[in-house]
Amino acid sequence: MIEILLTNSPLDTSRCIGFVSNDASGGIDLFIGTVRNATKGKPVLRLEFEAYEPMAIAEMQKIAQQAIERFSVQKIALHHRTGILQIGDAAVVIAVSAPHRAAAFDACRYCIDTLKETVPIWKKEIFEDGEVWVAAHP
Amino acid sequence: MKVTLLAFGIAKDITGQRFMDWELPEAASVGDLRAVLVERFPRMSELKSVRLAVNSEYATEDLLLQENDEVALIPPVSGG
Repeated sequence: MIEILLTNSPLDTSRCIGFVSNDASGGIDLFIGTVRNATKGKPVLRLEFEAYEPMAIAEMQKIAQQAIERFSVQKIALHHRTGILQIGDAAVVIAVSAPHRAAAFDACRYCIDTLKETVPIWKKEIFEDGEVWVAAHP
Repeated sequence: MKVTLLAFGIAKDITGQRFMDWELPEAASVGDLRAVLVERFPRMSELKSVRLAVNSEYATEDLLLQENDEVALIPPVSGG
């Protein structure tokens, strides 16, 4: 029902869709988080992601499990990148299948919103004149 | 007793190392460890937050540590 992946290799969107596809579903919701080329108007060269891997995988599993329990959805694929990402690369891919679309949208949003709050993964933005760990300071 | 600290993201920049072995008094709590941490690395208190995870689970301040626990320093996460 759930596929979790934390990887240093490029994410495969079609693999996520393939995992959640099933004959009983009426829709698949797909979220792809990508690397933006600027923060507050300042050009970003690339991002570097690091993770506390065993805990990140465990937290991603918990989120997907909670989403299945809370919403009427069938299958969830939750994949996240680590390492160096270039502009436009996918950092996270979430696919959710459900009999009806509202549950798929709700579960997908729950997964990305909760991931951003609890999963121990950190990104550093690299600018021309320095680098910053995102959200570290008040 | 010995515990192993793991530092990630900006916490690793502040400590200067990913892994540290620390000696703590028996029955030290997560809160006790936090006090030592901030004393040794005052810049930790400049961060928005530092959560502590024990053996890969977020821990409350009153949790008592045990020999060989793995304690991760988790500054504000920013995945996705």
